[in-house]
Amino acid sequence: MDISTQNTQAPPTPQPSPAEQKRAARGATRPGDRIFLGLSRGSGIFLLVIMAAIAVFLTYRATLAISKDEGNFLTTFEWNTGTVPPVFGIAVLAYGTIVSSIIAMVIAVPIAVAIALFLTHYAPRKLGGPIAYVIDLLAAVPSIVYGLWGALILVPHMDGLFHWLNDYFGWTGIFSWEEGPARSMLTVGILLAIMILPIITNVSREVFRQVPQMHEEAALALGATRWEVIRMAVLPFGRSGVISASMLGLGRALGETMAVATVLSPDFDIHASLLNPGGGTFAQNIASKFGEASEFGRDALIASGLVLFVITLLVNGAARAIIARRKEYSGANA
Amino acid sequence: MSHATIADKRPSTLRGARLPKWSPYAIALGSIAVAIGIGLGAGLDSRIQIGLIAGLLFLLGTYVIAARVEGSRQAKDRIATSLVWVAFLLAVVPLASLVWSTVVRGIKVLDVYFLTHSMGVVADSEPGGGIYHAILGTLEQVGLATLIAAPVGVLTAIYLVEYGRGKLAQAITFFVDVMTGIPSIVAGLFILSIMLMLDMQPFGFAGSMALAILMMPVVVRSTEEMLKLVPNELREASLALGVPKWRTILKVVVPTSIGGITTGIMLAVARITGETAPVLLLVFGNSFINANPFEGAQSSLPLYIYQQYANSAGSEAAFDRAWAASLTLIAFVMILNLVARGIARWKAPKTGR
Repeated sequence: MDISTQNTQAPPTPQPSPAEQKRAARGATRPGDRIFLGLSRGSGIFLLVIMAAIAVFLTYRATLAISKDEGNFLTTFEWNTGTVPPVFGIAVLAYGTIVSSIIAMVIAVPIAVAIALFLTHYAPRKLGGPIAYVIDLLAAVPSIVYGLWGALILVPHMDGLFHWLNDYFGWTGIFSWEEGPARSMLTVGILLAIMILPIITNVSREVFRQVPQMHEEAALALGATRWEVIRMAVLPFGRSGVISASMLGLGRALGETMAVATVLSPDFDIHASLLNPGGGTFAQNIASKFGEASEFGRDALIASGLVLFVITLLVNGAARAIIARRKEYSGANA
Repeated sequence: MSHATIADKRPSTLRGARLPKWSPYAIALGSIAVAIGIGLGAGLDSRIQIGLIAGLLFLLGTYVIAARVEGSRQAKDRIATSLVWVAFLLAVVPLASLVWSTVVRGIKVLDVYFLTHSMGVVADSEPGGGIYHAILGTLEQVGLATLIAAPVGVLTAIYLVEYGRGKLAQAITFFVDVMTGIPSIVAGLFILSIMLMLDMQPFGFAGSMALAILMMPVVVRSTEEMLKLVPNELREASLALGVPKWRTILKVVVPTSIGGITTGIMLAVARITGETAPVLLLVFGNSFINANPFEGAQSSLPLYIYQQYANSAGSEAAFDRAWAASLTLIAFVMILNLVARGIARWKAPKTGR
């Protein structure tokens, strides 16, 4: 590291000035070094500038739109940007985004954790590796392909499930169904669950694989069954990892555009039933309203995008915080 | 003496009684039979219901029988095992269906003509046409995005690993994390807001810029991981020979980890290739060939799939084209993934010996 110590030990005929001494102690700064440091630091700063620019530009355009909004931006159940005066609000979009993501999480997280456990603790070793590899590849399937599959294959196949839910749970109101095409929030939630399954599985599997062998062997030596090993050694160790994996999946689900835009048949209202078509999400609304929007309409869409941006920032920030905390206390985990 | 006790033929008291290996299959068959019986008896016609009843009977049967013979702890273990298997099989069905239907339906119209012709004047509801213009657009947009994002990403990672101490490095690390989570449509809206201010029409490079924003944090993260794997001894050896730091980085550190860096960049390329939302906002789509990414609307593969689906009013010909384009896109992404992983394995630093 310190090549400079050699330089300072050279016979000091003329006493160097303090500034020169200091520079020598830090190592010679050659022009190449300075240029390279400048380039790499510049790239880092460039990234920061982009982030700042995203926040500034989105906020600026959003304020242009919101200042002319005659309705309350947060509570209005309408999206009329072409009328004079314009009336629009994000209540329906916020509701739809949150509900579809919650459905996705409720379905995906338990199944993903079970698959991760299957791969690490249940599957025959010869099977586990290839399956994990395939799941890795599935995480790379573009969302538009999931959207196409969802709209053309999944939607017609939902009828049986919807009938059943309506027959037995229709009285709750949440699962009542009026025999239409299954382009509803529940279908969207299920499709999102399928989409985020690979990523949650992958991260959880990584965490479960890092469980110290000692913990598991200790549990086995005490006579624990395989399930007890998982409950006492694997799950407690992996809990924070699973939580952060789920948050990453949630971030994906919140911002997913194309899969929702292809499957959902939207309207601008909040429906109690998850089975009837209707509702909307931030990203879906932007994609489907963008085509015919005027410049002002685009500003309004940017305003709704800003809200989505803030929500995903909060979710991802929480996930990172959980990961960081975990790193701290498992630092010496060999 | 001790041998005598071991030779004793009494069943070991340390291990309780166990069910024979074939018992799960027997219970499964039994519960399916009973469920079909109940279904016929009660006049249920839905296969889902009979399946649900069979599943519940299986869980119940396993628990009761195992609890009688092996004890309740073993019974719980068996329940957990079957639930984990069920979850796995449940997840395989949709994912397998996705791959299967894309391949089967995509292969129908996927031929050389399809790959080498544009849509041109073919109406969305008619058969014919192809995806040449979309492939061209995707390659140009993704290529330009990579040209921006790869150098910036790699240099940022070098800064973070080789130089970065203090507040600036911390801020960059934090915001790279934040950037990873930006929804693709928000990146599109950001570029859109700039275009609105400058009063610009959609063009290919605008999409590239949004894609570059999505790609940069991924490249930074993967490159960082790879650079951290380079042993410090290599750096110290080079510095001790009097090599300047920048040449040490370029000639020692980066070449050592080049395999991993390439892999990371290719995986990032694979990820942005499938992004639709920013392209929809910024590049707009075009059924003619436009080879100039700096002027005029272009098409791209994911956007083509969406527009064939959305603008065709349920025409079968358009759906066939959408599936074929999906198959092309998946094939492209998968090949990138496989090659990237191949490079990672091939270039991996030799260990052992």
